[in-house]
Amino acid sequence: MSAVDSGTLSESAASGAAGQRITVRYFAWVREKVGRAEETIEVPGTVATVGDLVTWLVARGSEYESAFQRPGVVRAALDHVHVKATAPIRGAREVAFFPPVTGG
Amino acid sequence: MAVRVQREAFDADAEVRALVAGRTDIGSVVTFTGLVRGKAHGHALTSLTLEHYPEMTEAELARIEAEAVGRFGLAGSLVVHRYGELHPGDPIVLVVTLSAHRQAAFEGAEFLMDYLKSRAPFWKKEALADGTEAWVDARETDGEALRRWGGPSTKK
Repeated sequence: MSAVDSGTLSESAASGAAGQRITVRYFAWVREKVGRAEETIEVPGTVATVGDLVTWLVARGSEYESAFQRPGVVRAALDHVHVKATAPIRGAREVAFFPPVTGG
Repeated sequence: MAVRVQREAFDADAEVRALVAGRTDIGSVVTFTGLVRGKAHGHALTSLTLEHYPEMTEAELARIEAEAVGRFGLAGSLVVHRYGELHPGDPIVLVVTLSAHRQAAFEGAEFLMDYLKSRAPFWKKEALADGTEAWVDARETDGEALRRWGGPSTKK
């Protein structure tokens, strides 16, 4: 845990509307469409849920628009746990977006 | 109880021997091995590449396994899932369940596979003999297979 981490945490705690820094990871064809496997982004405080984050990403560029164009197809996990689009992202360190899984 | 995610092949017989060694409480062992099929939608398959989400995979497999052990009262279990480039005939996944009586072991193995297919963060990409590549689509039947087990963990 670095000094930067604790600074970010106390800033977030000081204001409910503060933005947050979050690592976003992409897998399979979502990764291919976005064009990267991972990025760390600063999201504004108005982005409250996983669904809000998708909307916010889509507005950033055509690669995100292409990855998220089929509504409801892309799945998400917050800190390594499956979640729905309504899940709040506050406090999460990592969000992941991926197609429905095809293991086994 | 154990889960392992690895690039290397596994030896199902050796895994079972290790699981039952020194135990006399186990009356049933069910082993499921999933293999790479040589055809995809009627076309010859060259390779199958499995991508996964390393930090989430083991956590999710452990959650699924703990649920199976609790639900069916298994005496033990093992899940081994491979990633990387595989070829027709290669083993992909191994599920072993141990119990005093056979029903729990059979049901536990089926439950583990149904959950694993719908929840574990793996994605398959097929490379066909004609040079094309495509990500495998999730089958609707996998979701249906999950629903028959009911219970809280079927929620997405």
